[in-house]
Amino acid sequence: MTHTPHRLEIQNASIGYGEKIVLRDLSFHVPHGARVAVVGPNGAGKSTLFKALVGLLPLQSGQILIHGLPLGNHLDCVAYVPQREDVDWRFPVTVRDVVMMGRFGQLGWLKRASRRDMQIVQNSLEQMGIADLADYSIGQLSGGQQQRTFLARALAQEPHILLMDEPFSSVDITTQEATLSLLDYLREREVTAMISTHDLNLAATRFDHVLLLNRRLIAFGRPGEVLAQESLSRAFGSSLLVMENGAMLVDECCPPEEEHHHTETK
Amino acid sequence: MSWFLQPLTYEFMLRGLLASVIVGVLCAVMGTYVVLRGMAFLGDALAHAILPGVAIAYILRGDLLVGAGIAAVIVALSIGLFSKQGTIREDTAIGILFAAALSLGVALISSMQTYAVDLSHILFGDVLGVSPADLWLIGGLSLAILLTVGLFYKQFLVISFDPVLAATLRLPAELLRNLMLVLLALTVVVSLQTVGVGLAAAMLVTPAATAYLLTRRLWPMMLVSAVIGALSSVIGLYVSYYWNIVSGSAIVLTATAFFLLAFLWKRVRS
Repeated sequence: MTHTPHRLEIQNASIGYGEKIVLRDLSFHVPHGARVAVVGPNGAGKSTLFKALVGLLPLQSGQILIHGLPLGNHLDCVAYVPQREDVDWRFPVTVRDVVMMGRFGQLGWLKRASRRDMQIVQNSLEQMGIADLADYSIGQLSGGQQQRTFLARALAQEPHILLMDEPFSSVDITTQEATLSLLDYLREREVTAMISTHDLNLAATRFDHVLLLNRRLIAFGRPGEVLAQESLSRAFGSSLLVMENGAMLVDECCPPEEEHHHTETK
Repeated sequence: MSWFLQPLTYEFMLRGLLASVIVGVLCAVMGTYVVLRGMAFLGDALAHAILPGVAIAYILRGDLLVGAGIAAVIVALSIGLFSKQGTIREDTAIGILFAAALSLGVALISSMQTYAVDLSHILFGDVLGVSPADLWLIGGLSLAILLTVGLFYKQFLVISFDPVLAATLRLPAELLRNLMLVLLALTVVVSLQTVGVGLAAAMLVTPAATAYLLTRRLWPMMLVSAVIGALSSVIGLYVSYYWNIVSGSAIVLTATAFFLLAFLWKRVRS
């Protein structure tokens, strides 16, 4: 088997928390620089997949290869923006401090931030439209601004693969637009992006590939092929509504309680 | 100025002042992590948990500080072990070990034939009894702890603020957490000489909490905390000299006064 470099391969991966397996026997390849929407009902294992991709959850079996090498060989080439950041919002750090943390992986253990690191941080702040908030405490920000801060941090990591968990749910329009323009910026830089979303319309129009999950792989491919009624109803079951004009809706608004297990990492 | 300089003509007073300032700064800097990571209970527990080490060192006629240091590090690492990956909650682990160590210490002390003056110094501090050798030990250990904190500033910041990022950056979070516990244990040991077991936790928490009210970033918080810790030590020692109060209490009460001022200032401003 020949390897084209720069891609993400998942081979027969089963992922779960302890004994409980959430995702079973998952296999797919994402080509370098692709934009993938991860779609599925609540509890389908979207966050679980992301956590496994950054090494927050161990694989029960199978393997994940990035650039043809197993996870853990690439340190910071995967950046992850969780659905809700589990941080202390009263911690004494500014927006710029948080974004600078994105550089720590490449800085290594003992080096201090260089002029170049500061420039990357500044660029990331500007890309996400929060340069004017750089010296605010993170506790002073609105929800959308907080999300943009963490997206800027992921950008400052200069990742090859960026994972975003539900960046479009429950945020303001400015943040949605900043996130969409971030996707275009990432495409220019050939960064692979995987984004979980509940918005089928968005998945159909703004993404190259759709990964449809429900505890296992339902379908993976071009949006037109994957977002067909047959595979959608296999993923969503009765919460899929087909309108008379052919439009399909998922009767499942905001994802409140997806995967409530927390790994203790502190 | 003579009221300031006159006490310093005594060498024991000068050594006491130096020791207090070093300890004040050290506790204040380590204290920022204690406050931010919610480890106030841990600081207090560590301070009491050194008691069996001190008692054993006393029985064996060894150095009390060395005994205290060994006990503190053992307790700190045991807390890390018991609460590893959430087997039991950290505060539960602390509660169990704290009580066990304290009981062991009291049991050992109560079995001694002579009641020891030296042990009361461990409990309440004896800043005027700092020998030149003690001062070197306090200074050397403090420098080593502060250098380690400076060296791993980034890593400690990330594991304290965002454990998920720490995991994606593949930082050895468990190792760093244990390193922090050991640094904290050593800090408590160093502070025994000046403020004693009973008040060490206050020196960890009060200046850092004051700085938390006044600053918005981590390193300025450390800096302001250190200044408050040092000032409290100097003012406290003079108060203790002129009013004849136990020095540990005077130092902690001064730090508390700083905290109240900062709290009021914050209230008035908002």
